[in-house]
Amino acid sequence: MASGIPIEISGLSKHFGPVTAVDDLSFTVQPGKVTGFLGPNGAGKTTTLRVLLGLERASAGTATFDGTPYSALPRPLETVGAALDANFHPGRTARNHLKVYATATGLSSSRVPAVLEQVGMSDYADRRVGGYSLGMRQRLALAYTLLGDPGVFVLDEPINGLDPEGIKWIRGFLQNLAREGRTVLVSSHLLSEVQQSVDEVVIIAKGRLMKSGTLSSLELDSAPRTIADSPDRPALAAALEAAGLEYTEGRSGFIVDEPDPARVGHAAFVGGVELAALHRLRSGLEESFLSLVGGGEES
Amino acid sequence: MRAIGSEFQKVFTTRMWWLLAILLAAYVAFMSGGLGAFLGWASENPDAAASAGGSTTVPPGTELAPLIYSFASSVGYVFPVLLGALAVTGEFRHKTLTPTFLAEPHRTVVLSAKFISQLVIGAGLGVVAFAVSVGAGAAALAAFGLDTGLDSSDTWALVGRGVLAMALWGAIGVGLGVLVVNQVAAIVIVIAFTQFLEPILRVVASLSDVTASIGRFLPGAASDALVGASFYNIASLGSTDTLEWWQGGLVLLGIAVVATVIGGATTWRRDVS
Repeated sequence: MASGIPIEISGLSKHFGPVTAVDDLSFTVQPGKVTGFLGPNGAGKTTTLRVLLGLERASAGTATFDGTPYSALPRPLETVGAALDANFHPGRTARNHLKVYATATGLSSSRVPAVLEQVGMSDYADRRVGGYSLGMRQRLALAYTLLGDPGVFVLDEPINGLDPEGIKWIRGFLQNLAREGRTVLVSSHLLSEVQQSVDEVVIIAKGRLMKSGTLSSLELDSAPRTIADSPDRPALAAALEAAGLEYTEGRSGFIVDEPDPARVGHAAFVGGVELAALHRLRSGLEESFLSLVGGGEES
Repeated sequence: MRAIGSEFQKVFTTRMWWLLAILLAAYVAFMSGGLGAFLGWASENPDAAASAGGSTTVPPGTELAPLIYSFASSVGYVFPVLLGALAVTGEFRHKTLTPTFLAEPHRTVVLSAKFISQLVIGAGLGVVAFAVSVGAGAAALAAFGLDTGLDSSDTWALVGRGVLAMALWGAIGVGLGVLVVNQVAAIVIVIAFTQFLEPILRVVASLSDVTASIGRFLPGAASDALVGASFYNIASLGSTDTLEWWQGGLVLLGIAVVATVIGGATTWRRDVS
């Protein structure tokens, strides 16, 4: 097994004509941990990974594996295993797909049955990929990453399309890789999809870094808030304003920037407003994630 | 070498190669066997052929054997071009450039491997095509008691040059595929150019001396020059001076190299998304 080495993204920008997909992005991914690379669709995750893997050219900045760009790695598949999209020639079997690339990179074809076994695809190895489900394609894409037994894994939305059993399986799979000291970077647009398997998070939105740190640090970021609702919303709004409380109007009432529901209740009492709901807004990871990526206003 | 091995595996792990090989064999067998039989019959019964409106009677003194055997390349060359083009466009169509470039980040190595492997596979298709054209053609000629030319070294030199032509057509396919990466567009261009445009251009070019000297450089004309015999030459389509056989070969090689280099510097360098 190759040892895990850090992934280093430094000042990375990528423009497509007038559109900026990645904007001066810098972060580091350390070995021995599963790092979630999170952001909404269109945030620039896939573009960042494609630049990192030498498939697209950076407009500025660098993306390297411990200082070496992908195209300069002497044995790329034995250093980095990457699964970006589960696309295959539909007429080729899983076994032959893997053989083609084992040959291309000078690996023994004895690795092919081994990695098919690792991802639980041995029974389907000689079927043409055209008949595969999305989940089976995802597993075959993972088998490709394992061919060279690399120390670094870069996986773009690997959980997408997996059934509950597959999701459980991949969580164990990712954590095993990290426990062995490998570097594991997993992108997703849903925090909930990966929050049980990642140790670290890198969150981006509109191509910019919003946060990078441990998963638990994300939890501490968000201050709890209070939800209050009334049959007479204009009156409640007036009462909150009179008490100097900041709020936004949501579907199920006002979201008040005040951790203590008692203070909000008091403001309503002072204003003589009947309350229909009053409770603390349970602030989870998902909320702080959404507020970071700018999706919070939609609630 | 690894990259070349990988490219061979890519071709032989899908069904397209043997589908095209079977179609090629059937097409060439039909043309060589069928026309061999017809021309054999016509040369035996010139009056009947003339009264049947057979304007395709062969000028006296023409050897039938090379003409009939050369059908392998003069009608079969479209198959290595298609296979070569599909080797490139298939990667774009099925989005397999991602795993390909992850396994070999040096893109020039991948394209060179495609070029070389399709040269070899084109030669393989050439062997199949000439085996069929010589087999079916010689059988038809022998049935009418005509000279099959199988004991002549000229015949076998023609077969050798024909196999070389088919190899070069495979490489031209790679060049076309990397210039026109859209698979449907590449197939349409191959069919339209080889089956309609080039034959028409060759006829039109033969109308005047100036255009005829340019028309000799059309890829199909160059290929026929390389092989040394063609139905077109007999059927008075471009019956003017052809290139020397080696000049024809260089024209084909030049087209293959120039197209591949231009494609390699443009579409092949682009971001893979």
